[in-house]
Amino acid sequence: MLELALKGDKKYWGWIIALLAFIGVGFAVYLKQLDFGLGITGMSRDVSWGFYIAQFTFLVGVAAGGVMVVLPKYLHDYKAFGKITILGEFLAIAAVTMCLLFIIADLGQPMRAFNVILYPTPGSVLFWDMIVLNGYLFLNIVIGWNVLEAERNNIHYPKWVKPLIFTSIVWAPAIHTVTAFLYCGLPGRGFWLTAILAPRFLASAFAAGPALLILLCLIIRKVTKFDPGKEQIQSLAKIVTYAIILNMFFFLCEVFVVFYSRIPSHMSHLQYLFFGLHGHGALVPWMWTAMIFMGTSIVLLVIPATRKHEGVLAFSCVILFIGAWIDKGLGMISGGFVPNPLHHVTEYVPTIPEILITLGIYAIGLLVLTILFKVAVNVKEEVGGLKDSCESC
Amino acid sequence: MENSRRSFLKVAGITALGVGTKPVLNVFASSGGHVEEPKPEVSKNEKALTAKKWGMVIDTRKFHSAEDLEPIIDACHKIHNIPELPEPRHKIMWLWEDEYKHVFTHREHELVNDRIKHLPFLVLCNHCEKPACVRACPTKATFKRDDGIVLMDFHRCIGCRFCMAACPYGSRSFNFRDPRPFIKEENKEFPTRMKGVVEKCNFCAERLAVGKLPACVEASNGAITVGDLDDPESEVRELLRTNYTIRRKPDLGAGPSVYYIV
Ligand code: SF4
Ligand code: SF4
Repeated sequence: MLELALKGDKKYWGWIIALLAFIGVGFAVYLKQLDFGLGITGMSRDVSWGFYIAQFTFLVGVAAGGVMVVLPKYLHDYKAFGKITILGEFLAIAAVTMCLLFIIADLGQPMRAFNVILYPTPGSVLFWDMIVLNGYLFLNIVIGWNVLEAERNNIHYPKWVKPLIFTSIVWAPAIHTVTAFLYCGLPGRGFWLTAILAPRFLASAFAAGPALLILLCLIIRKVTKFDPGKEQIQSLAKIVTYAIILNMFFFLCEVFVVFYSRIPSHMSHLQYLFFGLHGHGALVPWMWTAMIFMGTSIVLLVIPATRKHEGVLAFSCVILFIGAWIDKGLGMISGGFVPNPLHHVTEYVPTIPEILITLGIYAIGLLVLTILFKVAVNVKEEVGGLKDSCESC
Repeated sequence: MENSRRSFLKVAGITALGVGTKPVLNVFASSGGHVEEPKPEVSKNEKALTAKKWGMVIDTRKFHSAEDLEPIIDACHKIHNIPELPEPRHKIMWLWEDEYKHVFTHREHELVNDRIKHLPFLVLCNHCEKPACVRACPTKATFKRDDGIVLMDFHRCIGCRFCMAACPYGSRSFNFRDPRPFIKEENKEFPTRMKGVVEKCNFCAERLAVGKLPACVEASNGAITVGDLDDPESEVRELLRTNYTIRRKPDLGAGPSVYYIV
């Protein structure tokens, strides 16, 4: 089916070339990082994880969010989603690909990455994270490809795919739970040391992932002949609504516990993020923006009139996505390191090379996404995407 | 297998230092057949200082200002080839000094007496009984020896820095760039590191192995003592018995092996 990605109009190729340009720049800067070391980033002894790990964390969420179209289809037999499950699966593939690349980009000795397999250490959460991420990638590739191929040939997908689908439904929350466990089991980091971290991660994932899917559906409708469907988009919007409300609720639970108990080692991180600490507050405007964006999106999503208006819905999804990105991709990781275990404040700001490498990886993700979506949409167009649901699956 | 590899590295290290006079490694060549697997037999350097459980007591009453600590820190950093990097965020520290309120974050209070308030305290890896860094490491590049010392295998570390996030004491440093050009005088008897790996205080394991006390102890004029925490007759146990001591963040349950007399 891949050959479908080789046929496209001028706009399509223009987009691909633009992505390739970003990838090229990112790769060149990565070679520089390989040569010099991670010193070209803004990370330090005190803030030892930065932008890369934050993007990784956020994107694990996006990948897990893809399950929100697969689950209703297969567990609740919600037929309407049959049309777009493939988009959720392919989004997951692109997102996990980026996750793995961000981990590689973050390693000080990437050539030794295989040591994780050569000396397996089940006591380390990173070991499990490697397993669940690669497993999820594998599951989605196998499932997505087989289901789509079957649809193209107008047959039912092979029987053995079904158990894999159910596995992937359980697997999706697992990848984000394990990712949260990377942080919330560490004894000296009060910001992460909270049982609500994994639920919070999941809630924000199930908001940001489907919000992105809605936007992608709207784009697909605009640039192709395939219509993902009004009902589908509205159903996704309801999922997004509940998830973002839960995300806010979990966050406020954390805020209550932290500020009512007034334990400094837990309080100081939130203070740093939202009010600044000892005169340092680089993230303050960002964090409030995130809160305002997520809050506004809740209002717009809860009111049926605004949710049903696709223009407003698109706007809500954009600000929600940005809000969730700031929350996780900016605040969540460096916030945990400031102040450091000795209560010193060392701030972290990503450097230009770091951002260029990050953009390069995002471009790779978008390239994978574009190619996979192109294939999927062409297949849908072939078999007549105007059908309301896909009977064969 | 794991252990023999490490012991081998250790032994290889000793021979490389040119100290091992006796053959320290005997591998019996197997002549095939049913004989048991040939095992490398490792014997310790006879002069090696050993303990069931290493510990350290720092008598902070013997220090008065940062100047008193400087030679101690220098001694450690010099023999371990710690670079002096131009960029503060790339800093590498094995042993350093900080104020009471930063070192003992859980004990700090505003009205603490003047001496303690302004006294600089030595900070280093605590060689925890339950080290969070070891638990987090996905490759066992950082590991705890039977005698309690927590060590690094610089050749296995992938530089994921999970251990740095895990350590609740901020004891670990990362080589954000190649440190070698920034080492003032290289000590040929201790390895230099490469970029992209984590490092920290190693309790001078390389010196203990050849019968020398840790460099900081030697430079401290008796203010720092190391010894066997499991031996009731040891000097550290005597100090702990007769003085009031504190440890960093005891509530975390990590079990630091570094004690401070205040
Ligand atoms: S102080 Fe930190 S680096 Fe040292 S053993 Fe304990 S957890 Fe590990
Ligand atoms: S940086 Fe090295 S020592 Fe630390 S956790 Fe990763 S592999 Fe282990």
